[in-house]
Amino acid sequence: MAQEGRVGVVVVSHSGPVAEAVAELARGLAGLTTAPVAPAGGTRDGGLGTSADLVVEAARAVDGGAGVALLVDLGSAVLTVKALLAEGDELPAGTRLVDAPLVEGAVAAVVTSATGADLDAVAAAAEEAYGYRKV
Amino acid sequence: MDAAFFLRWLAAAAAAVDREADRLTELDAAIGDADHGSNLRRGFAAVATALDAGPPGTPGAVLALAGRQLISTVGGASGPLYGTLLRRTGKELGDAQRVSVAELGAALRAGVAAVAQLGGSAPGDKTMLDALVPGADALGASDAAGDPFDAVRAAAEEGARATEALRARKGRASYLGERSVGHLDPGASSSALLFATLAEVAR
Repeated sequence: MAQEGRVGVVVVSHSGPVAEAVAELARGLAGLTTAPVAPAGGTRDGGLGTSADLVVEAARAVDGGAGVALLVDLGSAVLTVKALLAEGDELPAGTRLVDAPLVEGAVAAVVTSATGADLDAVAAAAEEAYGYRKV
Repeated sequence: MDAAFFLRWLAAAAAAVDREADRLTELDAAIGDADHGSNLRRGFAAVATALDAGPPGTPGAVLALAGRQLISTVGGASGPLYGTLLRRTGKELGDAQRVSVAELGAALRAGVAAVAQLGGSAPGDKTMLDALVPGADALGASDAAGDPFDAVRAAAEEGARATEALRARKGRASYLGERSVGHLDPGASSSALLFATLAEVAR
């Protein structure tokens, strides 16, 4: 899944099906069959929660050398990713936690990554999703 | 205290978590998502297995390996929080073969500070910090009088008990607002348990 020069995107949710569906939605809306996006949802045994190992595996899978944007839902997903980043030696170089809503942020990140934009631009696009008011 | 002491501590902690898992989950059922005990049981069982399979030779390495196991296996927020506590404390101890009470106190306070930073929390928020901070501070403040680890146990238990009156400001319990008052915080309760087992093995 890793694509040279593309920013990777990882969708981290407490739920495996949510992470997979959000990654699939982002890929579909970006108009791509192969985008550097991977899900890391739930625990290894299929339960609800966050698995640090699945997050690390997903980040490595989408790492094309241009950085990886991590989109997360809440609670343990946020804390697990922050704990991994604080260690500094498990996630690919240039991995960043992006402060964005999960679904809208993932779509914006994947669409932006697909244009060949760098990690700053991908992160900024995802973060801007907080600004789109719906009412 | 050498590596064997820390191996005994974590084995005792794993046994205590296993024994108390149902009580911790009951506490979490009141103001959380009812998985604290079962999550910690899974995490500490993995810690015990990993330490049995390849016991590290220094106190710091024992704690670092245990912390990494918790982050991998717990699944809930207590995984990265306790994982960070043990791993940061272990890193502070470095590769010393033996550590003094004062050195462990300083390392624990650094570990607790890392937990506070990770969770963006402070004492009074009705979290594990309400037991961890007074417990680690008690080890730092200990002098010749009395058993230093018993002071840690007592301070952490008192801190955990005091969470009953607090309103949660972090995690899932914070969604309950005022309705979180009147319940013990499960995280502070498991932290008190962790320090109680430290006192147990130091005795």
